[in-house]
Amino acid sequence: MTAKIAYDDVEVGTELPAQTFPVTRATLVQYAGASGDFNPIHWNEKFAKEVGLPDVIAHGMFTMASAVRVVTDWVGDPGAVAEYGVRFTKPVVVPNDGTGALIEVSGTVAAKLDDAERTVRVDLTAKSAGQKVLGMSRAVVRLA
Amino acid sequence: MALDQSFVGRTYPPTDPYEVGREKIREFAEAIGDTNPAYTDTEAAKALGHPDVIAPPTFVFAITFKAAGLVVADPQLGLDYSRVVHGDQKFAYRRPVRAGDRLTVTSTIEAIRSMAGNEVIDIRGEVHDEAGEHVVTALTKLVARPAEES
Repeated sequence: MTAKIAYDDVEVGTELPAQTFPVTRATLVQYAGASGDFNPIHWNEKFAKEVGLPDVIAHGMFTMASAVRVVTDWVGDPGAVAEYGVRFTKPVVVPNDGTGALIEVSGTVAAKLDDAERTVRVDLTAKSAGQKVLGMSRAVVRLA
Repeated sequence: MALDQSFVGRTYPPTDPYEVGREKIREFAEAIGDTNPAYTDTEAAKALGHPDVIAPPTFVFAITFKAAGLVVADPQLGLDYSRVVHGDQKFAYRRPVRAGDRLTVTSTIEAIRSMAGNEVIDIRGEVHDEAGEHVVTALTKLVARPAEES
């Protein structure tokens, strides 16, 4: 594991570079194929509305994969992630308008956990259309 | 219908091995739009200390969720999958999943409870490699909404 961020260089409150991830219907079809999750709520508008959703929604696991990129792009080595968890609080609604939705992710070092292991906890915030789409989104990362 | 509490602690047999392919990792990384070279370039992965390309952190979910399907589909448990949504997901990694891994998943029902009319079930998936070494633990919380009154 070779994180490019040094434990000694971060403190509680250190902000990670925020990122915005676009999601279109095409993104969801591609993710369905790659992940094997073909639930029609992620590609069939008629079906999504029949089960009470406002429109097609993104896979929760796609949102989870996007959010952690703020962490993995920061440390460089994705293998530095020791723990990662989220709660799926609100769906990312993806309209069929060619533009889709945006997932906006920010992250802050919330705790320095272990000086010997050089682990920190990063708290992530993920929003789409102004609403938080993940709760309790936290990663434990081993730094250099 | 409340789920049977006696299923708490039940462990299902390990799955057949899933062989992690280099091109499957690439396909997944492209689908999430992640260009980190550790996922696609063996030399870049080796420079970080990994023996081969590694998979993005959430890649393993496809494997653990398929294994959790054994639990979900258990007719004795009586979960109505059409009413199930994904509540929480956590991973604890011993090491990253990498190309060439042959992974098995052992699923255990950690908890079953009722909350505000919903049935909540926690499933733990322990992922091991071919040598029997622990790779990652996946904790999946599923929430089954109550059947509508007809």
